[in-house]
Amino acid sequence: MGKPGDKLKKVRLTTPVSAEAIAKLEIGSVVTLDGCIYTGREGVYKRILDDGTTPPVDLAALSNVNFHCSPAAAVRDDGSYRVGAVTATASFRFAKWLPRWFEVSGARVIIGKGGMSAEDYKNIFVPAGAVYLTTVGYGTGALLGRGIKHVKAAHWLDDLGIAQAMWVFEVENFGPFLVESDLQGNSLFEQANAQIATGLKALYAGTRPAILSRYGETDERSDELI
Amino acid sequence: MIAIDIIQRAAEDLMAKAAIEIPDDYLAGVEDMANTERGDLSAFVLRAMLENYVAAKEDRRAMCADTGVPRWYVKIGNDARMEGGPVALESTLRRATAKATHDVPLRPNRVHPLWRTDHNNNVGINAPEIEYSFEPDANWIDVTAVHKGGLFGTDYRMLFPGDGVEGIKRFFLDTLVAFGKRGLACQPAIVGIGLGGSKDTCMTLGKQAACLRVVGNRNPDPKIAALEEELKELGNSIGMGAMGFVGSSMVVDCHIEAGYTHTGGMPMSVHCFCLSSRRAVARIHADGRVETRTDPQWFTPYMRRETVEWESPETSLKKSG
Repeated sequence: MGKPGDKLKKVRLTTPVSAEAIAKLEIGSVVTLDGCIYTGREGVYKRILDDGTTPPVDLAALSNVNFHCSPAAAVRDDGSYRVGAVTATASFRFAKWLPRWFEVSGARVIIGKGGMSAEDYKNIFVPAGAVYLTTVGYGTGALLGRGIKHVKAAHWLDDLGIAQAMWVFEVENFGPFLVESDLQGNSLFEQANAQIATGLKALYAGTRPAILSRYGETDERSDELI
Repeated sequence: MIAIDIIQRAAEDLMAKAAIEIPDDYLAGVEDMANTERGDLSAFVLRAMLENYVAAKEDRRAMCADTGVPRWYVKIGNDARMEGGPVALESTLRRATAKATHDVPLRPNRVHPLWRTDHNNNVGINAPEIEYSFEPDANWIDVTAVHKGGLFGTDYRMLFPGDGVEGIKRFFLDTLVAFGKRGLACQPAIVGIGLGGSKDTCMTLGKQAACLRVVGNRNPDPKIAALEEELKELGNSIGMGAMGFVGSSMVVDCHIEAGYTHTGGMPMSVHCFCLSSRRAVARIHADGRVETRTDPQWFTPYMRRETVEWESPETSLKKSG
């Protein structure tokens, strides 16, 4: 008998990931990537979308995979780069930039931590033909670091710093990732949350609400907290 | 007199060790969970993490790119003397942080909260934190490096005596479920709980309980030890596992530290360490020997004393003999 998790479907994708390959992805499948990816998070989004700065390269020609990541990296004295571990940062904070980001960048695969809401998938990702892959763990920093074969560029390193710069990586067997959203707008995380939620009432039995409540536990601002 | 360059080398080594080598106690805890986890996705995640620990050691590469907010815990023996005194010690820990950030490499995470200025070395205003404790009848210094994530998995609440243990359980569950969804807490983790103290002490104790006690360690108060076991079981029965997928792997261990608090209150903090619980310790002896280990041995009987005066166990033994 196999171990739990052995039967997860495995998919290997090459960048730019084709519309057909994206359409075939099923939530819960394990993905590894080959090709080229670039990092971009709030620093890059703000600069390009809020400040109107022209992207440092033709993003659509580069890759359609945008990684919400900051590598553990250092610049050597000769100006070359050393990348150690690589893990993602929580993506939900970046949802507000994504509708325009998909237009400007041509990205169709977003990799990050924790996913976004199914509502965001339906409203933002599906119309753009895009899906979300989540990193595993979090995080498998050393495994992902191994998958980076070459640093092609680190744009805006001086202005944004190592953590926020746009890193362009050539990758091979880069992963593992899990398919978190599909082109129907389903979310693997939300499916898990819904399933777990069914048991929470029994779990909380016997506990009681705190004597002093907090705003946020009620949406009604005129509510007394005691 | 402990030479400052010995502390410097030891501290640089600790930064790398903490980042790269999973502590044995935590590894054994995660292996146990990987063997018992029945959820497909959660089990897959745990196995990937176990592979990741091996890859990190083989490549001498950090386990996780998120360095968190690297920090130091220093326990100074009452009879220890350091070259240059405490100011030199602090300088050397800041230097080691900056150097290791470049050399390992670690991600420079530390930025100004408003201006987002990044020195690319994890050093800045009030960073890294350096916390101190002292130990009687000792002439060594223990230095512990901890890299703990900084965004999710921690919460504080002012509870009251009337909330009781049921209130403690409720807040514990609230925190784990809230941050466990989508795996934001990077569970399964060692969960530390601070109970009592003033607000800041409550947070500090909970964080130290998560980061400075090893898997399997129990509070010396038998009733608190029983509550640790109970909360561990409770956390693992939420129905949630790694990354918030269906499963049973949430709490590798639960540690509670108590502090005397305001007579009207029972403040509580909950802190999740992470799936790469990163700590490394060195004892630097007066003669310059350096011994490394993974158990910080932070909460000594002296740390948990509740009397006005301190009598060392040896002294009290002699008196009773």
